[in-house]
Amino acid sequence: MATASGIKLGARAAGERPQATIMRIAPSRGWVSLKLREVWTYRELLYFLVWRDIKVRYKQTALGAAWAVIQPFFTMVVFSLFFGRLGRMPSDNVPYPIFAYAALVPWTFFANGLSESSNSLVGSANLIKKVYFPRLAVPVAAVLAGLVDFAVAFVVLVGMMLYYGVQPTAHVLWLPLFLLLALATALGAGLWLSALNVQFRDVRYVVPFVTQFWLFATPIAYPSSLLPEPWHTVYGLNPMAGVVEGFRWALVGTNTRPGALVALSALVAVLLLTSGAFYFRRMEKTFADVV
Amino acid sequence: MSGNDDDQARRQTDLDNDIAIKVERLGKRYRIGARQESYRTLRETLTETAVAPLRALRAPFARGNGHARRANEIWALKDVSFEVRRGEAVGVIGRNGAGKSTLLKILSRITEPTAGYADIEGRVGSLLEVGTGFHPELTGRENTYLNGAILGMRRAEIARKFDEIVAFAEVEKFIDTPVKHYSSGMYLRLAFSVAAHLEPEILLVDEVLAVGDMAFQKKCLGKMGDVTAEGRTVLFVSHNLGAVKELCQSAVVLKDGAVVFRGPAVEGVAYYSRDTLAGDADEGLSDRGTRWREVRVNGAGSTAAQEIAGVEPFRVEACLEVRDTFVEARLKWRVDDAAGNTLIYNVTNNAELAAGELGAGLYRVGVEVPPLWLKPGIYTLFFKLTGRRASGEERRVTSERVTLNVTGRLNNHGQDRAVLAPPLRWSLARERAATVS
Repeated sequence: MATASGIKLGARAAGERPQATIMRIAPSRGWVSLKLREVWTYRELLYFLVWRDIKVRYKQTALGAAWAVIQPFFTMVVFSLFFGRLGRMPSDNVPYPIFAYAALVPWTFFANGLSESSNSLVGSANLIKKVYFPRLAVPVAAVLAGLVDFAVAFVVLVGMMLYYGVQPTAHVLWLPLFLLLALATALGAGLWLSALNVQFRDVRYVVPFVTQFWLFATPIAYPSSLLPEPWHTVYGLNPMAGVVEGFRWALVGTNTRPGALVALSALVAVLLLTSGAFYFRRMEKTFADVV
Repeated sequence: MSGNDDDQARRQTDLDNDIAIKVERLGKRYRIGARQESYRTLRETLTETAVAPLRALRAPFARGNGHARRANEIWALKDVSFEVRRGEAVGVIGRNGAGKSTLLKILSRITEPTAGYADIEGRVGSLLEVGTGFHPELTGRENTYLNGAILGMRRAEIARKFDEIVAFAEVEKFIDTPVKHYSSGMYLRLAFSVAAHLEPEILLVDEVLAVGDMAFQKKCLGKMGDVTAEGRTVLFVSHNLGAVKELCQSAVVLKDGAVVFRGPAVEGVAYYSRDTLAGDADEGLSDRGTRWREVRVNGAGSTAAQEIAGVEPFRVEACLEVRDTFVEARLKWRVDDAAGNTLIYNVTNNAELAAGELGAGLYRVGVEVPPLWLKPGIYTLFFKLTGRRASGEERRVTSERVTLNVTGRLNNHGQDRAVLAPPLRWSLARERAATVS
């Protein structure tokens, strides 16, 4: 083994080495580029970080991956009882449990992604202090790891649709786009919060509060059709409103065809994501010293 | 040696292509406050922001403010410049806090410099710690892949070297066991093994060899030797002066964030032992011809490192040549560890030494040392003579520093973190056959 590597290295030393570029390490100032190309070259690390998060997530839990379902499912049960039965909340002409659960699946993905990514940098402090890699990989991996939970919860949604006899339409093809929108929103907010969390540990306490507030500010327990125009469109300022209504439209065929609300949501999500990414990159140089 | 002229010629024609690392006036400033309470709460920031205008208003009256701010900052590294040629193995030595780790962190891009720049040509692999990112719940196999990816290896590369990594770590049997069930020795062996199979063009290493038991440390040093022999560029931070001498051609000695020596490794180690470790700037080897000579451990000469076992008593001797009378003379004997901590500072009192007056002549000084129970490692020891002239002027003479190599065995239960390794006698007797519930 040793000789093999020796020969190889000898060959490398003797042969012409590929012209490596010179890397300059110097202080940076202000806003810096996102260096997405570099993130791409580290895609295998990203893959392993996601893989680790998924592998470790349910170790030493008794119920394992069932937790991915329990959270949205029981929220749906509670919503169905209180808002559906007692509150007689309108549900866009689909059974209320389906109405709520179709929204809770993307919502849970978003909420978990937000809280995981917000704490991701602080949780990876030992890594950040000892190894260089594009720091963006940490919150991105935290959000991506939630896709497995999403898939598990989604299977239950399909089961419920079969049970209630709700047939999906061709709109289902749009679903990945709405998932992407949820991902962009979670990551956008997560980038802001994770970078802030390095400086201010208050973020840890802010996130659960924000998530709870955001849950009720999103049309999950109620339909956005309750609002008249122009307020209905303004509602799109909450990007999760667009995600949730888009999911319902694509899956269970509610009358929430993507329009002004979804367009506004998409715009806000993109703004949140780009601003978050640039803020993150700007703060990145302090991470290893402060975290 | 033979290629010296050759080297010279190549450097002139092809200077740029020959340099792997060029560090130019590199500096890193830390705010002490930010360092000690590493993160702040929002409340603190808000209060500070609210108070700042008030402070600005007061500023004309209290001018000390700017100074206070500056006093809160320290330069961990300042104006550091040096070059490393391709294929050169450089040891970076210095006391704790001299800036070694900061330098390595900047070169491995973990933290940004505050001033200056560094140019690096080639694929960099840095090893500031072994086992970074190891997760206790994952198996040895899973951690090998994860850790490899974190260190910058491709998946295919790890797969290709996997058997070699496992064999080197000697954990074949447990490779599919979660590492939380590993002994600390196994854990470290696997962690080092992954790191050792990194094949970058430029390797930055921070003191990772100080892990595991002696046998494994030897193996690690061997592996490091292979790496340097293969002609890769290595920057090696270490307290192990012996290893630096053995593995590196040249050395950079850092002191208080600045380069104080750049040259051949042997001279660098000598420089560090002599000056950096000394601490006191005002001491000389001679005072008007009065000097120490021939410091010996157990009767052996002082040129080579002296070897003693940690559990055995030993005797240190020296000759002291006094040219003119020392008043209030005191003899001192000091032992420092490799990190520069003073472990022993023994001072004679005047009652022991001829009423404290030392006339001209040649003296033989001896110290009988009981077993010190030092853990195995490198130490330095030296003598000092302090006193006054008849006129009352202070004077001091220091002997050369002798390297003491304490031998012994450490097993792998984290004993290397301790200072002492005394041979204790344990007893264990069962008082009762079963616990009463």
